[in-house]
Amino acid sequence: MQRKNSIWQGLDWPTVFIYLILVFMGWANIYAAVYSEEHSSIFDFTQRYGMQLVWIGAAVVLALLVMAMDSRFYFVFANFIYAAMILLLITALLFGTEVNGSKSWIQMGPIRIQPAEFAKFATALALAKLMSKYGFKIHQFKSLVTIALITLTPAALILLQNDTGSALVYSAFILVLYREGLTGWILVFMGFMVLLFILVLVYSIPVILVLLFALTLILFVFIGGRYRDAIRFGAGVVGIGLVIYAASEFLNLNLSWYYYLLLPLAIGIPIAIVYAFINRLRYIYLLVLFTLTGVFFSFSVDYVFHNILDTHHQKRINDLLGIESDPLGWGYNVNQSKIAIGSGGFWGKGYLKGTQTKFNFVPEQSTDFIFCTVGEEWGFVGTTVVVSLFLLLLIRIIRVAERQRESFARIYGYGVASILFFHIAVNVGMTIGLFPVIGIPLPFFSYGGSSLWAFTVLLFILLKLDSTRLG
Amino acid sequence: MPLNISTDKKFIIAGIMALVFVVIIVKLFLLQVIDPSYKLSASNNVLRYVTQYPARGLIYDRNGELLVYNQAAYDLMVAPNQLSKFDSTDFCNILGITMESLEKGLKDAKRYSYYKPSIFLKQISAETYAVLQEKLFKFPGFYVQPRTLRTYPRKTAGHLLGYVGEVDENIMKSNPYYQLGDYLGISGLEKSYEEELRGRKGVSIYLVDVHNRIKGSYADGKYDSTAVLGKDITSTLDADLQEYGEQLMRNKLGSVVAIEPATGEVLAMISSPTYDPDLLVGRARTTNYRTLQADTLNPLFNRSIMALYPPGSTFKIVNALIGLEEGIVAPTTKYSCDGGYRVGRGVGCHSHPSPLDLVHAIQASCNTYFCHVFRNILDNSAYKSIEVGFTKWKGHVESFGFGNKLNIDLPNELRGIVPSISFYDRYFRKGGWSSLTIISLSIGQGELGTTPLQMANMTAAIANRGYYYTPHVVKKVGNDTIVDSRFKIKHYTSVDSTWFGYLVDGMDLAVNGAPGSGSTARIAAIDGITVCGKTGTAQNPHGNDHSVFVAFAPKENPKIAIAVYVENAGFGATWAAPIASLMIEKYLKDSIAPNRIWLEQRMLDAVILDRRAKKK
Repeated sequence: MQRKNSIWQGLDWPTVFIYLILVFMGWANIYAAVYSEEHSSIFDFTQRYGMQLVWIGAAVVLALLVMAMDSRFYFVFANFIYAAMILLLITALLFGTEVNGSKSWIQMGPIRIQPAEFAKFATALALAKLMSKYGFKIHQFKSLVTIALITLTPAALILLQNDTGSALVYSAFILVLYREGLTGWILVFMGFMVLLFILVLVYSIPVILVLLFALTLILFVFIGGRYRDAIRFGAGVVGIGLVIYAASEFLNLNLSWYYYLLLPLAIGIPIAIVYAFINRLRYIYLLVLFTLTGVFFSFSVDYVFHNILDTHHQKRINDLLGIESDPLGWGYNVNQSKIAIGSGGFWGKGYLKGTQTKFNFVPEQSTDFIFCTVGEEWGFVGTTVVVSLFLLLLIRIIRVAERQRESFARIYGYGVASILFFHIAVNVGMTIGLFPVIGIPLPFFSYGGSSLWAFTVLLFILLKLDSTRLG
Repeated sequence: MPLNISTDKKFIIAGIMALVFVVIIVKLFLLQVIDPSYKLSASNNVLRYVTQYPARGLIYDRNGELLVYNQAAYDLMVAPNQLSKFDSTDFCNILGITMESLEKGLKDAKRYSYYKPSIFLKQISAETYAVLQEKLFKFPGFYVQPRTLRTYPRKTAGHLLGYVGEVDENIMKSNPYYQLGDYLGISGLEKSYEEELRGRKGVSIYLVDVHNRIKGSYADGKYDSTAVLGKDITSTLDADLQEYGEQLMRNKLGSVVAIEPATGEVLAMISSPTYDPDLLVGRARTTNYRTLQADTLNPLFNRSIMALYPPGSTFKIVNALIGLEEGIVAPTTKYSCDGGYRVGRGVGCHSHPSPLDLVHAIQASCNTYFCHVFRNILDNSAYKSIEVGFTKWKGHVESFGFGNKLNIDLPNELRGIVPSISFYDRYFRKGGWSSLTIISLSIGQGELGTTPLQMANMTAAIANRGYYYTPHVVKKVGNDTIVDSRFKIKHYTSVDSTWFGYLVDGMDLAVNGAPGSGSTARIAAIDGITVCGKTGTAQNPHGNDHSVFVAFAPKENPKIAIAVYVENAGFGATWAAPIASLMIEKYLKDSIAPNRIWLEQRMLDAVILDRRAKKK
């Protein structure tokens, strides 16, 4: 094993290059977002663009520090780093400063940091260390529980800090698990659940139940090809429902729709199980399970949405789905954000010529909604370039991850890609009305020391691991 | 784990990422390139258009006396989104409003728009504004928009000057210049010279932030337009004469119009009862307008150009001129009169020497004489039928400015009535009428309707011996003397100017004839000025006869032509003639001779408002 003696050796320059471009673009947009003629010096540290220069400088120092470390350090101390971050999260929760309703900051003299940002790379390291262990099998119950513990502990703590957005980021690790052998059905299932979630909110539960039943029958026909039995079973269940309905109407029982829909299902399921048992068709058990999960999920979505979610979350989701709208109330952010981006047009209004973002129409314009400035001033051309750069970075990271010989580095690489992907997609998505507004920053772009440093450390640990990969 | 599976997963993960990014780019394309709605919202979002209201032009009389000027007024505006807690008791005390009206005002403003400012209280006084300004910082969301209000230092000529009011929805729809809260001329001069008086609004475009705070001017003011001041207008009116006329007409119904014959400039235009133009200004306008509108004497009605009266005997001048032009009567032609014209229903006459020639028939206003003249015009053997004769007559009458709008520079002028053949065909039946049936036209009765303006204009045409200029009320707009070329055109009557001398002589005699010679208007005579006049006593369906008098003076090179109507006052010589004469004297001599002060006093004191009053 030959040790590299320079921190520059083996550095993946394309990634560094894209990183630098993005950071510079981010700074330029922060400058544009708070630009006003009174403060023209870029070194004006009373302004955010001035401060961001300080953060960038610090980020470069951090990157150098990360590169200067021995690459084994990250593997050896992964769990230690993770534990330290969990402690920080708890500290923030107990003694932290509250900003914008989230108790997620730790004040240390003049500097305020957000542990939730740094918990991401720590979790990625811990996960990579766990999954790279010799003989690790992902489908083992113990493995799954450990994975769940590692990812959900920080997520839960962040959730308690009232920072839903940052907590949701941890769901991105599902891509890492998928890459490391988790069945692809988990993605399909998750996709289906998301769809079901939206459908339950847009339509009412009875409609969803009917659709679920129809889908189950179609799957049954699709898998088993037993048309006649499918029709018989379907007709039977529908028939029972109709009989109950007729009885209710005729006898004035005033039964609720639960009876017409759930009773036939309750009668149908044992029949299906018996049918499966007799014909020795194992997939029917799965179909029954699928139906039951769907029904259960539908009811829980309804319950969670109306009883557990905050009103502002409900409103944001409703706004996104077009169920309710109030462009001057809680829909204000998204509406203003869309106006800013939309008004940019194809070529944009020109750098520093944006009017929407400059005059505070867009909230959080230099942090979570920094993409509005890009959209307004650089137009469709600019947004496409930025989005493409991000995609390029992600694909580059995947390439870097795939070329690792050590699974620790590879898994960590996928962790980096997943976290960045979630941040970018959700952040951009929420500014253009594709995703509910959850406050998470746009990597390298958004104003703020914590997020810039955290993403820099996240990325450069991978680059360090990559630079010393066994060639 | 087989290698190919991991490779597949690598592509699936990259594929999912790429797919999401493609969806984002498609959405961005829709948002930024396809959908135009967000671009529009953006401009409404950040640009605030602040209108600069120019001062409305002032109005002067012909001698440079100020008639209308502007007084600063302040509209209190409110922007509901900027409101925060304030001391409402203090606020109400300053403005002198109740808590309920404050609440209602705020509710209305919010209903109009949460973001756009609207008028909370119109035209607060300068005193209130001074107090309010000191404390305005305590009432965030409120600010003051300066405006101007019309003020009338002489409180005269309300009808002619007209008034200014807020635009309504119809106007805004038909003319995009006007916006909610703008003012425009609604009647009189204010209306007909609206565009000159109003100037042009300017607009300054500012960038504002989400809190509606001004952040600077938009594009360095490239799209701003500066307000253009309204032009001042010099009216043809003589304010002293106008005021004097209004005094003489006080407590009487009717109208006086005086014209300078050499130019067609209107020197005075009185419609009585009149009103104080200051009543129709500002916040009190609506209430006062309603009160004036409810008045049975109709003070808002501009009788000078909108009332139709029969011309009465003053019309004999026109018939005489037509007779002379048509050659059916000569200056020397004499008809005898024994107290009436006794053909058909007949027309009565009063006592005067007989027989009379044309000049003396005018002097004595002999009905019989003009019945003969009128019938000869219509039944002229040179024409084959009464229709041709009547058409000929009608043509001559209209050449004096009757039956059509004179096209004065004031709105709502009426055209008057000169009956047509088809009217009589309908009224009687075709061939069912003759010169005898419509004989009342000979003495200015019957189906004739003329405005006082038309009568004054006719008098001006006689004073000019055959032509008139379109009467007008504006001399100068800004520094521009040539107002409108249409006021520079001589309109010739269809009667040759040589014939006018006889009529002028008759009118001279009617005023200045020897006592006992049958002169009808000797009361109108003024020492040192030859006044030429003609009385009229117009029968009308509304009650007692209208007292009518038309006159011009001096006889040579006339300076003023005047027509006076006093409704239901009786003989022309009793009321209309003295008023006309006093006004002529005032205009030409500046003061009333001591030997006529009694007459002036009599006119000033007279109250003739009861239509059924006994003839005096």
